[in-house]
Order: sequence, then structure tokens, then C-alpha cells
Amino acid sequence: MQTTQQTNDQLVIGGHAFTSRFILGSGKYSLKLIESAVRDAGAEIITLAVRRANTKDHENILDYIPKGVTLLPNTSGARNADEAVRIARLARELGCGDFVKIEIMHDSKYLLPDNYETVRATETLAKEGFIVLPYMYPDLNAARDLVNAGAAAVMPLASPIGSNKGLATRDFIQILIDEIDLPIIVDAGIGRPSQACEAMEMGAAAIMANTALATAGDLPMMASAFRKAIEAGRQAYLSGLGRVLVRGAAASDPLTGFLRD
Amino acid sequence: MENQENQFFVDSEFLSPKALEIKHRLETDPSSRTDHMAYLPGMERIQSDVMDKVISQMNAYDPERYTARDVEAALHHETCSIEDFKALLSPAAEPFLERMAQRARLETRKHFGNTVYLFTPLYIANYCENYCIYCGFNCYNHIKRMKLNREQIEHEMRVIADSGMEEILILTGESRSMSGVEYIGEACALARKYFRMVGLEIYPVNSDEYRYLRACGADYVTVFQETYDAAKYETLHLMGHKRVWPYRFESQERALMGGMRGVGFSALLGLADFRKDALATGLHVYYLQRKYPHAEMSLSCPRLRPIINNDKINPRDVHERQLCQVLCAYRIFLPFAGITVSSRESAQFRNGIVKIAATKVSAGVSTGIGDHESKYTGRDTGGAEGDEQFEINDSRSFARMYDDISAEGLQPVLNDYLYV
Repeated sequence: MQTTQQTNDQLVIGGHAFTSRFILGSGKYSLKLIESAVRDAGAEIITLAVRRANTKDHENILDYIPKGVTLLPNTSGARNADEAVRIARLARELGCGDFVKIEIMHDSKYLLPDNYETVRATETLAKEGFIVLPYMYPDLNAARDLVNAGAAAVMPLASPIGSNKGLATRDFIQILIDEIDLPIIVDAGIGRPSQACEAMEMGAAAIMANTALATAGDLPMMASAFRKAIEAGRQAYLSGLGRVLVRGAAASDPLTGFLRD
Repeated sequence: MENQENQFFVDSEFLSPKALEIKHRLETDPSSRTDHMAYLPGMERIQSDVMDKVISQMNAYDPERYTARDVEAALHHETCSIEDFKALLSPAAEPFLERMAQRARLETRKHFGNTVYLFTPLYIANYCENYCIYCGFNCYNHIKRMKLNREQIEHEMRVIADSGMEEILILTGESRSMSGVEYIGEACALARKYFRMVGLEIYPVNSDEYRYLRACGADYVTVFQETYDAAKYETLHLMGHKRVWPYRFESQERALMGGMRGVGFSALLGLADFRKDALATGLHVYYLQRKYPHAEMSLSCPRLRPIINNDKINPRDVHERQLCQVLCAYRIFLPFAGITVSSRESAQFRNGIVKIAATKVSAGVSTGIGDHESKYTGRDTGGAEGDEQFEINDSRSFARMYDDISAEGLQPVLNDYLYV
């Protein structure tokens, strides 16, 4: 029997409620696969690069995104806060709504986000009424700055983007989950459903993935596998994980057994 | 056959006796040529240690020293070191080509997904002041010369844009007097009206001139070093600004200093020891990326092609297998870099390599001047046209290329960039 907590379990970002906790990337696979990926992933939010959408008529990615799915335009390609702000405004003009994922990279090799510039862009865009989801390197101080700057969620990376290496930053993401009162959406580096499941068990609010699907043998099947893993991890988190013994069995003679009152 | 040097020297009957005499002296008497390591007046000098790093590594590289064990180790390492890159470029790696291709494909998919970018080149002038003995535009080659005016450039751009293309690469021959920086800037400004992304492949200029061209609308700059072997370079580039090897080497760095978003690199394989040239090209990218981490880096991998008046020019020992090996090694060493494969290569090769390592291909290509309308529509426009720089191999149109890439299960992308 499901508890009330589980049946009403929603992901709320900037006042918008979602049932699915799987945010889908769109930039690394064929446009024709987007619809089935969304369906099999059960995704309600899909990211898209504004720079990819800013095209002429020929196969615009926007035409392939199913109706009813919330668009999360990203600012990929931006190298500083000013560029990110301009790209976000363009996304709004293109009719992509008020959500924006800020991606600011100043490194073409590892594509690691620039937390300082990201805080700056978040502040500007939040004031302009955007629902800002900043992609960031999991640093508690920067995350607090993002909260103060008006972010609607925080998106720490699990490992370098595209690497499929999983939760390399596990302990630091856990600190964000424990200390930040916004949804923590784990983004980048999640390569397997089991890794997504683990992040959800830790208390992550949602998972974002792109490369893991794009490099899979069967994209729709992998989308489905992620959905199940994310749901399983979420349920495990909500149910309260049982204790895990670090080593051996529990001591049968308690160390404090000598205490008399 | 394959180790024979190309016979590059061709005398045109249209050259005056005086011109022929100078040409022959340049060809036969090295002392008649200028110092290729000396900057000419007006050429900017920058402080950089990149050249020393690249060239010392290249000079120390002995491809024969690497063994199958080194290649195995390289393929097992998660991150490809410089030593691993050297092993992958060596003859010992040739039997591992399929495994290299598998690894390269994985890296390409991780970084670029299944996308392939399309672009087309637009030559706006073919006047040239250099004598580069393998190039169809060289000043002694008898070809139809032409320079498009503003209206002609715009007409060409409109024809190309109407085909659906959104990225253009503007090229000129190397002549400051006929194709000045302002003329090129004007072409960039026009291109901004019709295209989302504008690249330049022109003669090297100073950083302030790159800054000006960036302001006019250019996004990235590609300069082919041709060969990193300066001594060999000297025997191939006998006259003109291009003869100055170090100024050319530093072009990408000046372009980045001038604010360009990205830079492209290349050796022309077949001119010298291709393994050493490939090593130097990869390291040129590697060291500049460390110095300018924000810059977008890309590589091309052209091989020598026949030109007008010399149909015998060939890439010698760089067969398709060797080219594929170089491209795989580039991808494994520099997984983040864009790799362009031009229409010099066959349709079959390009269809195969986009599934392994290449991320960008040209389509609807002409290396001539002012002939897009006649080539795209088949109409005889009656207008003047300038001759081509080299013979292309893959003549597929934009639409055909788009369909072919889609049929390979890949996603053609016309634009992935915002000029902000």
C-alpha cells in the first residue's frame, strides 16, 4: 500500500509541479528519437540548447518536442554571465517559456561549469522573472550563493559531462542535499540507471541525463530503464533506507552495558 | 611510387622570360630565397612558448621506436597522454586500426553524440602573391583569376543560403593587395546577414586585424600550417608572406588574442613525414588549449590533391588507412576537438569517417570563384568564374549530404552557435 507521501510525491520547481523526476537532454541523438525517448522515459521536462533551436526551417529541434512537455532551454555555448543572460532572453523570445538552465563553461576540454559567472547570471535572470536552474560544480558556498541569487533549483554535476562515470562527486552532492533547501537535480556524468538510482536514494530531487541515452544501444529501452531506476531510488528514499552495517554483525554486548542508571 | 616526391614544378607558356628566370632560380637555388624564419616588417611578434614545446616534441619523435605493447597500453589508458598519442600515430598502431576506430567512436559519441555539422566554403578571390609549389592558386600557375565584388559576394551567399546551409567558411587566396582585410571584413558582415556561423580561412594577419574581423562577424579562424617541418616548408613555399613559417605558426594564437571564438589547425598530409606532422598538429591544439581553455578547437586533415596544370600531385604514403589512423589518434588524444573532413576525400570515406571521428563535413563545395549559381542550379549564368584551388573528390550537394548523413543514423546539424 502506498503512503500518502508517495502518492502526492511531486517535484516542484519555481511553483510548477511535476510527477516525473527524469529530465531528458536532447542534444546528442537524432531528432526523430526525441518523441520515443520522452515517452519511454516518462519525462515531463526536456532540455534543449538554444543555439540548436536558433535555426531556420530545416528540422528545427523545437518541432520534434512533443506537446505538453516543459521546455528547459539551456545556455550552452555561453562563456560568461553576460552571454548566458543574452541567450536566456533569446530563448524567451523564441517562445521557450520562463524556465532556463544556466550553463556557463570557460573550458572547452572538460566543459566544467564556472560557478562564479553562474551566480552572476542567476541573479540577473531571476530578477527578470526566469525560473533559473543553474548547472554547477558541487560547492556548498556557491550553492548558497545561488539560493540567495534566486535559483529555483540547483544542478550539481556528478562527474564530467559526457563521461558516464557516475557519482564521482557523491559526497559533495550529499552535502548540498543536506544543506540546501531547493531541489537538487543531479546533472552530467550519470551513465547508468544504477547511478541514477543511487543519487535518488541519497535524496536528489531529480536526474538529468543525455549522453547515457545517446550512447546506449537501444535508446528508448535505456530511457525506460532510467525511468524505473529513478522511481525505485525515489521510493527507497521516501521509505527511509534501512541501516547498513559497516562491518561484521552488531555487537551483542553493548559497550555501554556497564552503565547502571 | 609512394615514396617518390611529387613533381610540383610546372612552367606556364604565359610567363615572361624574366618571370621564368626568377621562378627557376627560386626552384633551384636556395640562396635566392628569403629566410623563412625571419618575420617581415609589419608582422606582429608575440610572446609564446607553444612553438618550442610543439617542435621539440616533434623533433624528438621517432615513430619507429613504438611497439605493439605501447599501442596496447595507449588503448587501455583512460586518458591519452602525449606518449600514448605518439604510439597511436606510429606504424606499430596500424594493425590496431579497428580497435582505434572503436575507441574513437566512443569518444566522439561521448562528446558530440551522433551529430554531424555541415558547412560550405565560399572562395571570394583567388589572387595570390605566394609561390607555394603544390597549390593551384600559386602566383606562377596560369589560372583564371577573379575577385568577387560586394554584389557578387552577396549573390553567392544568397544562393548558398537558399540551399539551406547556415554555416559558411570564407576563403581567399593570399594577397593583401587584392583582398585586403577590409574587403574580407565586408564579406564577413554580409555573411552575418545570411548565416549563423562564419569562419575564415585567409592569409595570417595580426591580432588587431583578427579583432577587426571578429567585430565584422567572423567567429573562427582556420590556418593550415601545411607542414610543421620548417626545413621542408622552406622548400615548398618559395616566395611571398606565406614563406614566413613562425608567423604562420602563431596565427591561431593571434586570432584568440583578437577575440575569435574558435581556431582550426591542420597539416597538409603528404608534404612531409605525415606522422610527425600529425603529432605536431595535435600538440599545437593541445598546448594552445591549455593556454586558452575557453577556445573551441578544431582540426582538419587534408591530403594533397591534383591541381589545374598538374594532375599528378598525390598524397604519397598517406593512404586512406593512414588517414583513418591519424583521425582516430586525433580523436582519442583530443576528444573535445571538432574534426573536419573536406571534400578532398571520397564520399565513401566521408560516410565512414563521420561514424568514427569526424564531426563536420562540407557539402555543396566549389573551390572556384563565383560559380555557386551555375554549380547549384546547373544554369549557365554567363558570368565570369575563377579557377579552382584544387580538385575536389566528393561533389555531393547540401541536400544529398543531408540525406546521406541521416541515412547513416546520424543527425545533421546546421547550426550550433549563437553570436552574442
